[in-house]
Amino acid sequence: MPKGNVQEYHVIWFQGATCTGCAVSVLNSVSPTVRNLLVDQVVPGKHVSLKFMPTVMAGQGDMVIEAMESTAGEKKGEFLLVVEGSVPTKQDGIYGMVGEKDGRDIPIMEWVTSLAADALAVVALGTCASYGGIFGGKPNPTGCVGVGDLLAKAGISTPVVNVPGCPPHPDWFTGTVAHILLGGLPSADALDDDGRLLAFYGGLIHENCPRRSYFDEGKFAKKFSDEGCLHELGCKGPLTYADCPIRLWNNGQNWCIGSGGVCIGCTQPEFPDLFSPLYVKVSDIDLPVIGEYWTEKERSAQDE
Amino acid sequence: MNKIVIDPITRIEGHQKIEIMVDDGVVKDAKSSGMLFRGIELILQGRDPRDANRITQRICGVCPTAHSMASTLCLDDAFGVADRIPDNGRIMRNLILGSNYLQSHILHFYHLAALDYVDVTSVADYEGTDPELASVKDFIARGELGPFVPRYEGDYRLSKEQNRAAVAHYLQALHMRRKTHELLAVFGGKAPHNCSIVPGGVTEHPTVDKITSFLWRLNEIRDFVNNVYIPDVVMVASAYSDHFGVGKGCGNYLSYGVFDLEAAPSDLAKKKRLIMPGITSTDLKPRAVDPGKITEQLRHSWYDDSFTNRHPSKGETSPKYPKDEAYSWIKSPRYDGKPHEVGPLARTLVSYAQEAPAVKEAVDGLLGALSAGPEVLFSALGRHAARALETKLVADAMADWVLELKPGEPVFQDYDLPDEGSGVGMTGAPRGALGHWIQVKDGVISRYQAVVPTTWNASPRDDSDTPGPMEQAIIGTKVKDPDNPFEVVRIVRSFDPCLACSVHLVKPRRRSARKVAEL
Repeated sequence: MPKGNVQEYHVIWFQGATCTGCAVSVLNSVSPTVRNLLVDQVVPGKHVSLKFMPTVMAGQGDMVIEAMESTAGEKKGEFLLVVEGSVPTKQDGIYGMVGEKDGRDIPIMEWVTSLAADALAVVALGTCASYGGIFGGKPNPTGCVGVGDLLAKAGISTPVVNVPGCPPHPDWFTGTVAHILLGGLPSADALDDDGRLLAFYGGLIHENCPRRSYFDEGKFAKKFSDEGCLHELGCKGPLTYADCPIRLWNNGQNWCIGSGGVCIGCTQPEFPDLFSPLYVKVSDIDLPVIGEYWTEKERSAQDE
Repeated sequence: MNKIVIDPITRIEGHQKIEIMVDDGVVKDAKSSGMLFRGIELILQGRDPRDANRITQRICGVCPTAHSMASTLCLDDAFGVADRIPDNGRIMRNLILGSNYLQSHILHFYHLAALDYVDVTSVADYEGTDPELASVKDFIARGELGPFVPRYEGDYRLSKEQNRAAVAHYLQALHMRRKTHELLAVFGGKAPHNCSIVPGGVTEHPTVDKITSFLWRLNEIRDFVNNVYIPDVVMVASAYSDHFGVGKGCGNYLSYGVFDLEAAPSDLAKKKRLIMPGITSTDLKPRAVDPGKITEQLRHSWYDDSFTNRHPSKGETSPKYPKDEAYSWIKSPRYDGKPHEVGPLARTLVSYAQEAPAVKEAVDGLLGALSAGPEVLFSALGRHAARALETKLVADAMADWVLELKPGEPVFQDYDLPDEGSGVGMTGAPRGALGHWIQVKDGVISRYQAVVPTTWNASPRDDSDTPGPMEQAIIGTKVKDPDNPFEVVRIVRSFDPCLACSVHLVKPRRRSARKVAEL
C-alpha cells in the first residue's frame, strides 16, 4: 500500500530496571504475530513504527539515542511511549543509566520523565513499570518506582495505562495498544483503580479458576503435585486480578495454576512484598468473593 | 588515540556500554560496563528460602529458567533432597530448561546477532510470492524503517539471494522461538518465568497427551534447527570467514555441566550430566573443576576491597563508591585466579577436550566442512557455531528424555524446611556457567549470591590487572571506520551478553584518554 494511505504511529519502547521478560513475553504474541506488529498494518491503515527498542533494533550507540530524540521532538504529543521496567530514583538515579551526552551518563529517570512529558500516552508494560515490581521489593536498594508514581511526583499529566504482570501476557499488551489505535485512550470507566484495562484485569483469578470447585469443597493440595486447590500451598489467586484462567498462557498451552504452580499475584501493585512468602497460605480470609463454605470453616478453625 | 563510546549496546539483554581506545585502526584498550544495578541479592535477604526460586527468575527474562534451576538445585541441597529427586521430576526439569536453551539460542542468532550480518533492505525489490517477504517489501516501500535502520554500515557481504533467505528465516525464527516457549509451558506452566520447577522436583504431571504434544512440538523445532539454523550459521560463517580469526578472548574455558542424568550423588561436581563439567584452554587438554577455586575479585569494582578474592559462599555485596581504580559494578569472578570464558563455546570445548562422542562428532563434522582445525573455534564466529551445535545436541537429547517419562509416577519429593542450612546450585544457563549460593538462618535467607555467566564474560580487570574475557576479545581488533565500529559489536554480541544477569553493575568511572594512553 502506498505510503500516503497508512498512518504511522511512532513508538519509543524504553527499558528501565527490567529483566527483559516483558519484551520476551510480547515476542510470544500469537495473533497478531510479531511480524504483524513490526512490519504490517496492525490495524488497517495504521502501522506501528518502532523507532527505539533496545532488544531488537539494528543500530546502537549515539545513532539510536538520536533516533529516539528526533522522534520525541518531531512527533511531540503524538508518539506512544512504552516503558518496560521500573525507574531507579535513589541517588538521582545513578543505579540505571542509558546513553551519554557531553560525557555524562543519563539516568533512566531523566529519560522517562522527559520522554513521557512529550508523549501522547505512556503504556507501563509489566508490574515493574506499573507499580515498581520485583526491583522495588523490600528493601528497595535502588529506590525503584513505577512510571505513574514517577510522573505524579514530577507533575506530568500524560496519561498512563498500566499493563501489569510479571511478565504480562502478550494479549494484554497488544490488546491495550489496539484499544488505543482503534478507540483512542481508554476512558476512566474502562480502567480499574490500579490503572489497568478491566477487559483483561476485571476478574479475580480465584473466580474463574478451574480448581475453584476443590476450594468450595475444602479439598486442598497438601504438597506440590497433589490434586486439589492450591490455597494451602500459598496460592494468591484470591487476591489477584487477571484473566489467566480463561486466556491461558503460551498459545493456550498451560498456566501457573494449571501446571500445579501457585499464583504469586504478579499482576498486583502489592507484588512482591505483600505476597511474600510466596508459598505460605494467605491468612487474611476477609476477602471479597471467597467461598462461603470455606470461609465459615476457616473462621471456626481460627476460633479453635 | 581515539576514544569511541558505544552506549547503549543493543540487541543484548540489558544496559551495556563499551568504551574503546583506538590507535592506528587497532583497539588498544577496551572497557565493558554494565549500566544497571537492581540488587536482587539484597532483596532476597530475610525472605522465605523458597521465594528464591521465583524471585531469581526475575534476574533475567531471557534465561529465567536457568535461574530457577540454579536456585532450585541450591534449595534441594539446603533442604537435603538433592539426591532424591524422582526421575520424572529430574527429567521434566531437563525438558523445561532444555526448551529455554532452544529459545535463547534461536533468539540470539536470528534476532540479536543476525542484523550485524544480514541486510534487511535487500528485500526492497523482492518480486517473489512469499507472503512474509512481500509484507517486508511493503514495509520498506512505506519508508519508516524502524527498528531495522539506523545501523552500522559498511560490511554487509551476503548476496541478494542469501540476504532474502536470511530475512525469511528471521521471520520464521520469530515463530519458532515462540514455539519453544509453548514447548516449555507444556511442563513448565508458562514462559517466561516458569512456575513448575520447585525444590523437590516439579509440580506438573507427565500425562500421555502432554508427552505426545511435547515430542511433536519438539520435532518441529528440531527440523528448523537441523535444516535452517545450522545451515544459516554455516552460510554466514562462509561469507564472513575472517571472523574466525577475531575476538579470541582469554582462552580459558569453564563449564559446570548441565542437565542431570541421575538423581544421586548430590555432589554436583560428581553427578553425571549431559553437558560435562570441566576446564580447558586453547591446548584442549581436559581438567576437572574444583568449585572451591572460584573467587570474586573486587579491585576494579565498586565494592569494599576487604572482601576481595572470597569464595561466593562467603561473598559480601558491600558497595563502595567512589573508589580508586574502580570502573564497574560487575565483580570479577576468577577460577584459580584467572579469567575464564563461559557459554556454549566453553561448554563445547570442555566436552570436546573430554572426547564426549556426540560433541566430538558434531565439532569434527563442522571443522571438516570448513577444512579448518579446532583453533578457528576460539573466535567470534566460533561462539556462533558452538551455540548452533549445542542447540542440536540439547534438542536431540530432549527427544530421548521425553520418552523416559513415566505417567502416574511421582514428580515431587517432599521435605521439611530447615531453620538453618546452606546450599549450592551449579548448572549452565544458555549463556554459560551459573552458580547460586544460599545460607538460611532462622528459617529465612541470610545470604544469597549468584555468580552468573555475563559476570564471568563481561568482568572488569581483576586484582592483578588482567582484563576480563570480553575486554580481552576486543583488544587488538582492527576497526576500519571509527564511525561504524561493527567489528567491535559483532565480538560483543558473539558472547550473547546478558547484563541484567550480571546484576552488580552500575556507572563506570572513566579514566581520561591521556591516562589510558600511558598504560
